[in-house]
Amino acid sequence: MSALCIKLQLKGYQLFLHFNLQSCPKCLHLYSHEYPDFVKIVEVGPRDGLQNEKEIVPTGVKIQLIDMLSGTGLSVIEATSFVSSKWVPQMSDHTEVLRGIQRAPNVRYPVLTPNMQGFQDAVAAGATEVAVFGSASETFSRKNINCSVDESMLRFKEVITLAKGQHIPVRGYVSCALGCPHEGHIDPSKVAQVAKSLYEMGCYEISLGDTIGVGTPGSMCEMMQTVMKEVPVSALAVHCHDTYGQALPNILTALQMGVRVVDSAVAGLGGCPYAQGSTGNVSTEDVLYMLHGMGIETGVNLAKVVEAGDFICNFLCRKTNSKVAQASSKTL
Amino acid sequence: MATAESSLHLLIKFPSCRHSPPSLRSVLSGLYLHDLEPVGVFTGHLLDDPELFRMGNVPTTVKHCLSYEQLLENCPWLRRWLQEEKTIKAHEYPDFVKIVEVGPRDGLQNEKEIVPTGVKIQLIDMLSGTGLSVIEATSFVSSKWVPQMSDHTEVLRGIQRAPNVRYPVLTPNMQGFQDAVAAGATEVAVFGSASETFSRKNINCSVDESMLRFKEVITLAKGQHIPVRGYVSCALGCPHEGHIDPSKVAQVAKSLYEMGCYEISLGDTIGVGTPGSMCEMMQTVMKEVPVSALAVHCHDTYGQALPNILTALQMGVRVVDSAVAGLGGCPYAQGSTGNVSTEDVLYMLHGMGIETGVNLAKVVEAGDFICNFLCRKTNSKVAQASSKTL
Repeated sequence: MSALCIKLQLKGYQLFLHFNLQSCPKCLHLYSHEYPDFVKIVEVGPRDGLQNEKEIVPTGVKIQLIDMLSGTGLSVIEATSFVSSKWVPQMSDHTEVLRGIQRAPNVRYPVLTPNMQGFQDAVAAGATEVAVFGSASETFSRKNINCSVDESMLRFKEVITLAKGQHIPVRGYVSCALGCPHEGHIDPSKVAQVAKSLYEMGCYEISLGDTIGVGTPGSMCEMMQTVMKEVPVSALAVHCHDTYGQALPNILTALQMGVRVVDSAVAGLGGCPYAQGSTGNVSTEDVLYMLHGMGIETGVNLAKVVEAGDFICNFLCRKTNSKVAQASSKTL
Repeated sequence: MATAESSLHLLIKFPSCRHSPPSLRSVLSGLYLHDLEPVGVFTGHLLDDPELFRMGNVPTTVKHCLSYEQLLENCPWLRRWLQEEKTIKAHEYPDFVKIVEVGPRDGLQNEKEIVPTGVKIQLIDMLSGTGLSVIEATSFVSSKWVPQMSDHTEVLRGIQRAPNVRYPVLTPNMQGFQDAVAAGATEVAVFGSASETFSRKNINCSVDESMLRFKEVITLAKGQHIPVRGYVSCALGCPHEGHIDPSKVAQVAKSLYEMGCYEISLGDTIGVGTPGSMCEMMQTVMKEVPVSALAVHCHDTYGQALPNILTALQMGVRVVDSAVAGLGGCPYAQGSTGNVSTEDVLYMLHGMGIETGVNLAKVVEAGDFICNFLCRKTNSKVAQASSKTL
């Protein structure tokens, strides 16, 4: 990056205007360097993706999926969720999955732990990183985890305190960051409040989730600006759903605001429980295509992710939700 | 940093060039306007100074200049600059974006099933009631090449033309143009290519030869006061040549513009573009054609259409092509989508507070209509989600 400095002589002092700019090699145009060199992808397919798939996936298939993903260059793969199997039958084999996967070096395998019981089970199964799931919507919190937002924060505090004692990092999620299926519009200040609580309790990273995919670059920008007053952007991630096709423009907006961590799911696994038949998670392949096309490094091999996506979609007997995977497989 | 005089170092981050590239010249002219003459211009290593970088954004981090307030008083323009810089994170977007609906032409043209004339007319009539101001109705190409468009005359004559709506038609050559005018066309479009190979394979002639054909059409159209829109296909990549040099796109766009096209639509024909290549291509084209005369025609084959459109908007583009229900696949990636869907574009724009004048719900209705006829699912995620929301 070349720097430009213009020195001005004013009454009594010299003013140096430093332009933090890149110059276009072909012209004298200057533009700001807005995009990062590197973005970390957090792969949530095996957890968030499969959790929202109707068909129960056998343990062996889950393990194979995670093992394939482990070979793609991804550095974080959310493996499973230690929730009660009564609530989420898809994740009832959490212990077997966590014990069964081949842990690649340089890859982390966080697991969801909604409460103390889940945390203890996770640790017993060998978890080295956990995640807690807060909500910016009171109604969503009550309907989803049967307690108020404040009550959930108390639960998480217990988990985080115990985790810290055992040097286990905790990631925090804030769902309904751009809208709630029950409440509709969510005030950005509420999102900021929940994000701040989680961050101050000790979560190293807060993932802001557009749970029903209703966000647009407008609402993303507004929400991010509000949250960034309470939590440093270096600790923020975005978890965009593609239910209304807005995930990539929303991610682009977040990147322009300084976000460096993006959640996505291989093959866009996982539908939206609030809009039947619609997509949920943004697909990792499409995110990678965009980032790589912009010259942003991720360390992830797109072709290998496509392979992993093909594998799980073949098993589920359904088409991938990734447009890149679709186009790649059928290019004449 | 202290010198004999006080010195004040301000780190200025310019608003992104993506909407209007500031040039060094414009920065300097801004300074001259305020009677400030640069006494030195440095490049290179100053920003390596870690002390300087810790200053970050100003004014919150400027701590040691005692006369900072005095400086702002003396230079009110600087205060404005700094305030503008604070809003850097919110990009500038237009208040209004014009949507050019290409579903009945570009969309249906790429659908395998031949759609009856009556259905085409009904689709266009439904779209005419949505608030769209431009609906590309049909294409006066030889029915041998594009059987789907063989009923062009009947379609153009059969639609109910709404007031305040324009119905451009494609006219690849003089014959097509004359047939179009005879059928009542009041606006036409010509389709150039940034790729030689694509031009030869698609319309059987070189880019230069196609420009000659278009010049004939445009000259005749101008004589009859018929506006002409120009398209540049393969603007971000070619199915045969792969990478396309932005300068070639700029060259073709410039030719069409100088020949008399009022608007040039830059098409990502195979949907391979990303915000990176879109930005680079737009910067190059914008040196030759004013951004007010540019439109983007993004395909969603790799899911990149909306981020590409967002990027174009940030660079000053105000016209976006799209197709209801994302009609039309991609002939180069079988089974994949082609056009971006109008519904998804509208959802994004409206969500950003950008006006379009178009009623999203009515577009969804038109999309449902044509998808029911084609017996297939819409390509629009908004339409999908809207129809199934619990």
